[in-house]
Amino acid sequence: MLHKPLLSSPKFDLTIKRLCYQLIENHNNFSNTVIIGLQPRGIYLANRIKEELSKILPKAHIDCGDLDITFFRDDFRRRESPLVPNATNINFIIEGKKVILVDDVLFTGRTIRAGMDAMLAYGRPKKVELLVLVDRRYSREIPIEPDYIGIQVDSIASQNVRVSWKETEGTDKIELITEK
Amino acid sequence: MQQLSNRHLLGIKDLTENDIQLILETADNFKEVINRPIKKVPSLRDVTIANIFFENSTRTKLSFELAQKRLSADIINFAASSSSVSKGETLIDTVNNILAMKVDMIVMRHPYAGAGIFLSKHINAQIINAGDGAHEHPTQALLDAFSIRQKYGDVAGKKVVIVGDILHSRVALSNILCLQKLGAEVMVCGPTTLMPRYIKELGVKVEHNLRKALNWCDVANMLRIQLERFEIKYFPSIREYSMMYGLNKQILDSLDKEITIMHPGPINRGVEITSDVADSKQSIILEQVENGVAVRMAVMYLLASQYPLV
Repeated sequence: MLHKPLLSSPKFDLTIKRLCYQLIENHNNFSNTVIIGLQPRGIYLANRIKEELSKILPKAHIDCGDLDITFFRDDFRRRESPLVPNATNINFIIEGKKVILVDDVLFTGRTIRAGMDAMLAYGRPKKVELLVLVDRRYSREIPIEPDYIGIQVDSIASQNVRVSWKETEGTDKIELITEK
Repeated sequence: MQQLSNRHLLGIKDLTENDIQLILETADNFKEVINRPIKKVPSLRDVTIANIFFENSTRTKLSFELAQKRLSADIINFAASSSSVSKGETLIDTVNNILAMKVDMIVMRHPYAGAGIFLSKHINAQIINAGDGAHEHPTQALLDAFSIRQKYGDVAGKKVVIVGDILHSRVALSNILCLQKLGAEVMVCGPTTLMPRYIKELGVKVEHNLRKALNWCDVANMLRIQLERFEIKYFPSIREYSMMYGLNKQILDSLDKEITIMHPGPINRGVEITSDVADSKQSIILEQVENGVAVRMAVMYLLASQYPLV
């Protein structure tokens, strides 16, 4: 296994800050916008973004939820390992709101497709945008592109991109992992 | 373990503790799903399920049907009373004809114990037992365990008493097995004539005094007297049974602690339980019904997931 570091502190923090300022440009004080992190790994990014936004906009109230997409995936009964569901916590209304879907890595786009389906169970948003920390470009299987990108990575299918977080792994970093 | 150890759900007897925990944890997720504004998920949209009921049912049938619809499965319903069974068709022939219509899963209720097990040996589809005679009713036991877990946080260490017609009750057997596997203590309470002869071999306490049983327990599960299964008289009169084993507000209020009341339905108000108890704050009877849909969704989801398309 070969671990190639792609991003670590302080650039990691700068990237998150930059994404936050990009969001503020389009969403002002977030009065009509909600953030939804996709389970299982997108929720850490969503929480970090919310935290950072609250520092920049101390007066703003920012709604942030977790969405589990397990039951909406298109590979149920088509994969060897079972799908394990996670909790969904959405305590606000998305009807008529602008929704920012947040995930850590964008690869084939199938997770995001399932995420959009799952999100629609909570209402009809005015607009949906996609924010990802890592865009593994040229590997899409579905026509889905992000609106906000942390970094872009060129990789092949057999490789893996792993995002680690201070909260769970002890350090913030992004690595490209190649099986030998 | 994130997969069930068995490809059918014929009884709690075949499940491991891990299986039961997995079902309950998955049911947590489905409980959240059925409280969303749009309560439907597309998981089972390529699965066809037949509901075959050789015996009457309201709750179980509606609950299974709703669970299947919430999972986007295609369903066909079959009630023995309006079918060719009355023309003399055998069980295997009936089911094989249904399977010829490309059905993946069968939910069956049957008046004979072991009907599901018999069927599972002769046909290819996955089978869920929705009650077989006086044998087992696994999804009821799972939803009862789920309801206790929801109320107390955990089933392990809880004291549960099952009151009433233990002899004819499939709910009692499934509940005993399920609660024991999850680490609860189980007592049965009822007249001697309605106790199965070998009940003690299941490792349960037996008590014939309702007040003593209620003073011991955290949860009381009140069963209906299954008069339709009585071949002889097991007690002098319903009135006498009700006086000895019926749960009323007076007994409930005289206990030194607040216990939780459950009932698998249908209730015979005024016989095993009075209306003021059934509708009291201590009763979680309607929550059991809500949880039933989530638990059945979890069971069908987990069974379907272990049968890959390719």
